[in-house]
Amino acid sequence: MAENPRRVRVLLAKLGLDSHTIGVTVIAHALRDAGMEVIYSGLKQTPEMVANTAIQEDVDVVGLSSLSAAHMQHFPRVVALLQERGAGDKLVIGGGVIPEEDAEELRKAGLAEIFTMGTGTDDIVRYIEQWWAERA
Amino acid sequence: MDVARAALDGDPAAGARVIRWIEEGDPSAADALKLLYPQCGRAHVIGVTGPPGAGKSTLVDGMIGALRARGLSVGVLAVDPTSPFSGGALLGDRVRMQRHATDPEVFIRSMATRGWLGGLARAAFEATLVLDAMGYDAVLVETVGVGQDEIEIVELAHTTVVVNVPGLGDGVQALKAGILEVADVLVVNKADQPGAEEAERHLGALLEMRRTPEDGWLPPLLRTSATQGEGLAELVDACAKHRDHLAAGGAWSQRSERRHFHLFRELLRRAAAEALLEAAEREPESKRLVEQVRNRAVDPYSAVDQLLARLGPRGENRG
Repeated sequence: MAENPRRVRVLLAKLGLDSHTIGVTVIAHALRDAGMEVIYSGLKQTPEMVANTAIQEDVDVVGLSSLSAAHMQHFPRVVALLQERGAGDKLVIGGGVIPEEDAEELRKAGLAEIFTMGTGTDDIVRYIEQWWAERA
Repeated sequence: MDVARAALDGDPAAGARVIRWIEEGDPSAADALKLLYPQCGRAHVIGVTGPPGAGKSTLVDGMIGALRARGLSVGVLAVDPTSPFSGGALLGDRVRMQRHATDPEVFIRSMATRGWLGGLARAAFEATLVLDAMGYDAVLVETVGVGQDEIEIVELAHTTVVVNVPGLGDGVQALKAGILEVADVLVVNKADQPGAEEAERHLGALLEMRRTPEDGWLPPLLRTSATQGEGLAELVDACAKHRDHLAAGGAWSQRSERRHFHLFRELLRRAAAEALLEAAEREPESKRLVEQVRNRAVDPYSAVDQLLARLGPRGENRG
């Protein structure tokens, strides 16, 4: 463990008003088991809370989850706030109940990737690991 | 050192980056700390420790609120365990503290233990120096849930709050050993739950059995209900009173000296060990000695003596 002090830090946040935690918990465990440090900030987060938390925690990756159709307003707002505050180098990804046409628009708004229903946790782990390897 | 300078100005992104460097052993950390270090020494560092499930995070959340109500800014370091299997970690302390996430006078950083024992992370002390230099009036350090002797927090904090809850069983198991002795302030949290009075009585009796402390400070025993917001003002006041007590008796500077010498010794230990191992690589006889330690031809105790005699300051003096 001590030999490799560089470790990916990931913030997982739930935006909007839904209270479904199972999906985000499963992902949190998968990322932890892949050796990442996962900061979970809980339910009903606003974009401002997420952006501040991402900066204070100096995370590399911000994972946003929404199951209440709040993604179109909130996800791009997080990206914009991070850019405003000089933290635009973080990888911002999203997931939840998101129709493909929304996903396309979110990618245009600066989300690196959108994982829709049915995505395996392995795919998310692999995506982050690949990004990390390319960046390092 | 633009980042360090920005951290001194209280920039959260910069402070967070310096803490990251510390955690990762990045050489930039030492350079940054050279700049930050002289500005340290103002913050009141308060440790919050206790068994798992005692409500430490919720209590810290309440303490942030009480400190903010007094107009004080607050830095928080929340430590959670690293998984020994994957090296990853799930850091969830701040879930309870997110109402402060948009307060510019509050900075919260989660930290994984990364294999460090003692209830903290190796980088914890230096991280508190960063929060101190960033200008936070109070720095709260939440340890992992501790059992009976993970009491490294006393080396780090000016004031240690030990949190207990009702229903931990006879003899308040989790507090029976060292952990009660390190308390500057004792808290029975979840005081709205059954058994609170009994827990309080029991702790009170244990406190009375304690030797009179050398510095004359008798830890107050407080009841809080962090979820109800009760007892938090009193808790924060008790911490402030302890700080004043330390300052009046000269113990503040004593504790501070101890912390800073401890850091110096740690840095020296790391640097000296690395320098010696590097030197050993270059010198055939010493290199062979290190090999012999690896394959157990020489015991490590004798090897340390021999290596120091060959390469260390003692050897040079003799030479």
